[in-house]
Amino acid sequence: MFARHDRLKSSYDIVIIGGGGHGLAAAYYLARDHGIRDIAVLEKSYLGSGNTGRNTTIIRSNYLTPEGVQFYDESLRLWRDLSQDFDLNLFYSTRGHFTLAHTDAAMRTMRWRAEVNKHYGIASEAVDSQAVREAMPMMDITCGGHAPVLGALYHAPGAIARHDAVAWGYGRGADRRGAEIHQHTEVVAIELEDRGSGPCVAAVITNRGRIATRKVLCAVAGHTPRLLAMVGLRSPIYVHPLQAMVSEPIKPWLDPIVVSASLHVYVSQSARGELVMGASLDPYELHSSRSTLDFAESLAGHMLELFPFLSDVKVNRQWAGMADMTPDFAPIMGLTPVGGFYVDSGWGTWGFKATPVCGKTMSHTVASNEAHPLIRGFSFDRFARYALTGEKGAASVGH
Amino acid sequence: MKLMTCPINGPRVISEFAYGGEVRSMPDPEKADDAAWADYVFNHNSLPAVKAEWWCHTPSGVWFIAERDTATDTILRTSLYAIWRGQGQAVS
Repeated sequence: MFARHDRLKSSYDIVIIGGGGHGLAAAYYLARDHGIRDIAVLEKSYLGSGNTGRNTTIIRSNYLTPEGVQFYDESLRLWRDLSQDFDLNLFYSTRGHFTLAHTDAAMRTMRWRAEVNKHYGIASEAVDSQAVREAMPMMDITCGGHAPVLGALYHAPGAIARHDAVAWGYGRGADRRGAEIHQHTEVVAIELEDRGSGPCVAAVITNRGRIATRKVLCAVAGHTPRLLAMVGLRSPIYVHPLQAMVSEPIKPWLDPIVVSASLHVYVSQSARGELVMGASLDPYELHSSRSTLDFAESLAGHMLELFPFLSDVKVNRQWAGMADMTPDFAPIMGLTPVGGFYVDSGWGTWGFKATPVCGKTMSHTVASNEAHPLIRGFSFDRFARYALTGEKGAASVGH
Repeated sequence: MKLMTCPINGPRVISEFAYGGEVRSMPDPEKADDAAWADYVFNHNSLPAVKAEWWCHTPSGVWFIAERDTATDTILRTSLYAIWRGQGQAVS
């Protein structure tokens, strides 16, 4: 699928660290839209081995802040054309997305989100419990009697896609346009120099040798703090694991994607019939992708409150990814105080859906050395300015 | 099931504990400039390392210090704050 390059060149115009969806998408749009082809994408493991291949593949744009809504909606628009762009089936499947409300307070938030969404032209509405019941007759709408579903936020464009194929599609597209993808290539240090305007990127040191470059894009999710330390930057990012699990394949019965923040559940049924399930972020810092029984037990318990008939269904696999969280649940993107060092980070639990638009906006930012208008609300320096974005529509976080 | 040792209540399951973040010293709010204050409020040392952290045993409300390796989730030692400070631990 990709050309294998035996050796690294001694220099590239742009080095992208991280061969996940975001890094590969940036390489693809840099080559396709900006005509920059002298690019190396460095991945310390294999393509899509990080959070690209570990998320639960949900794509939606019904966020809460104007910055978030506009950004994710542009992403959703890009998603729809990707299979054509790549000539590769991404199994993009529009399912409709229900965010359940079990309390009056949650219902009020749903109405608020629906109004913000509609203002920006996004299909999003608050619906009552009858509409939920009709869409999902298998659900126990009373949740065992203690957390009855009062209604939901319904987002018709909500979709799922095959996550590995996203990395492969962008990787192949970038590869065909001349970008080099180097797997099993780990960055161990970054050299800086001062050319008169403060510290700037001079070179990237890898386990396979030194690369001279003046532009580095860092798209490494849970490894971001380690890369930032290499250039002497501190950030508000904190790393907690996010776990997920998948059931054995069963007959198709669940068409929409269902989320319940109160019950800490989100679930969809894949094209293979597996139930892909996630819950909330692990409660403390950890730089590891270990799984826990506590998580599987608690998620299974909540799943059974919503869908009691699943009690005989077995869990097939369980895994985790390292989520790079931010205090305001919005990403950190764009320029940094180090010249030529750009970040696409802070994607925590919500980065998969943003893959295309991150690639688009970061390629623009890296090529022009100026933040794309859609990402100005996500700048690295917003914390020092006390100007947080406050995206409470994010996944897997308490509201 | 993962256990943590509360200095008062002994070994208990980890789900009984709440994480309170790394032990850090607060700059003097009267003297710190905006940049130093923002650094304290928002920025974290998010590198994997052995860190001293605040934890609380929630059923009993006991706050204490745990020294934990955030790369492996190994809990090395737990102690009450006064005892931990008495052993000459510097707050970073």
